[in-house]
Amino acid sequence: MEILFNPIMLLLATAKDVLPVLGLLIFFQTLVLKRPLPRPGIIILGFGLVLVGMTCFLVGLDLAIFPVGKTMALQLAEGARGGGKVIWSAYGWIYLFSFLVGFSTTIAEPSLIAVANKAHEVSRKAISSWGLRIAVAIGVAVGITLGTFRIVSGTPLYLYIMAGYVVVVIQTIFAPRMIIALAYDSGGVTTSTVTVPLVAALGLGLASNIPGRSPVMDGFGLIAFASLFPIISVLGYAQLAQWIVRRRNRKAETSKARP
Amino acid sequence: MSLKSLTKFSAALGRALLGASRDLAPIILVIAVFQVLVLRQPFPELLSTLVGLGLVIVGLALFVVGLEIGLFPIGETLAEEFAAKGSLFWLLLFAFALGAGTTVAEPALLAVTREGAKAAAEAGIIANTPASIDRYALSVRLTVALSVGAAIILGVLRILRGWSLPILIVGGYALVMLMTLFAPKEIIGLAYDSGGVTTSTVTVPLVTALGVGLARSIRGRDPLTDGFGLIALASLTPMIFVMLFGLIVNWMKHGNSF
Repeated sequence: MEILFNPIMLLLATAKDVLPVLGLLIFFQTLVLKRPLPRPGIIILGFGLVLVGMTCFLVGLDLAIFPVGKTMALQLAEGARGGGKVIWSAYGWIYLFSFLVGFSTTIAEPSLIAVANKAHEVSRKAISSWGLRIAVAIGVAVGITLGTFRIVSGTPLYLYIMAGYVVVVIQTIFAPRMIIALAYDSGGVTTSTVTVPLVAALGLGLASNIPGRSPVMDGFGLIAFASLFPIISVLGYAQLAQWIVRRRNRKAETSKARP
Repeated sequence: MSLKSLTKFSAALGRALLGASRDLAPIILVIAVFQVLVLRQPFPELLSTLVGLGLVIVGLALFVVGLEIGLFPIGETLAEEFAAKGSLFWLLLFAFALGAGTTVAEPALLAVTREGAKAAAEAGIIANTPASIDRYALSVRLTVALSVGAAIILGVLRILRGWSLPILIVGGYALVMLMTLFAPKEIIGLAYDSGGVTTSTVTVPLVTALGVGLARSIRGRDPLTDGFGLIALASLTPMIFVMLFGLIVNWMKHGNSF
């Protein structure tokens, strides 16, 4: 893993991610649509900033956040092994850690920032970017905590996922229409650069330290939890907002009706 | 660059730096508190940690500014011009290339499929040799890339035709549930996780811009209710395709042994 700490290698790796996309866009713009690139200087500068920004971000994560986060996940998981006995205080720390890591990594997730800003703009500021991100982060936090509980208790993954989707279907019927597409999307954007490495370390650490769990069968699945629960929390956030507005309107009406 | 645009640019960068510090404050706090209070250890290398934090904040700020001036505008311009040109074939080809092309090299997907292939080898689905593990991991990766390309095509068609997103998503998840009952047990975790890891930091803004731009330029479509939803489809189809892949591998194996 020494190579990951080499900034130049990381810059090259990020370039390998970003440049094909830029090439694809330029290809379609100039050869298929036969239009010049609008303000090419600014667009290229933007891609340059994305490239340099992502590289700095990844180098920084490798230096400052990942080593400590991963060691901590492993140490907490090891602390939970107590000669076959369940030590609830040790598991308590694990659940607290899962919740906080789920919440804080989601707030730092760049693709969620992108989608939330876009939603804010498109909804003509009806949806607050910060409120949406907090709703998503709470969803991820609850999801990861339940996911670690599933690994600890050894219950099957599909039961939780099925129950979750039943809740989503019921909420879809009642939630305001304008939030539905955005809520479904927020499930997919939460898990990327920051969340996945830390959460994967936690899952694998737990599964290899708890007797009777195999990393192969139980280590997977945390990401699935982190993609499902934000849908529920964002739909819930919109339902709550709608309920508050309706109640306020009803109160205003009754006070107006009274002379 | 003129002086005016330079001041505008530095103001945007300053705002982005402040925003990035706020966005990263929770994770820094969580790590610091657990390190000091729970594990009761000092930071191993304080200097490199501080340098790393600085880089993370600057990196996030640059990324957000680059997104606003580069990725979002070009994504929306392309979508609008495709809508104006009116060629469905090229639009769908672009949608597929964007989905599949950005997914196939995704680092998180590489990591997950490698782990998944090792799991499959240990479970005896494939031979436990490096060559067959690599082949299996590559096949799963191509399956996922194909499924994301298909998802973006489906999502673009949905925006054009005005299909209902809840019906597509709920129907899709019903299919996932049904397939979970029949798919080999070892592939289920991998299939579920591959749905979440496909949509990377560069793909998400571009795909979002594509959807919003298309919905904006087509009469009768609302950018909020119709423009979003592409990412949701891109996280759903990999589950279906990977489980289908597992079923086919299983079926071929049994077909050979009988």
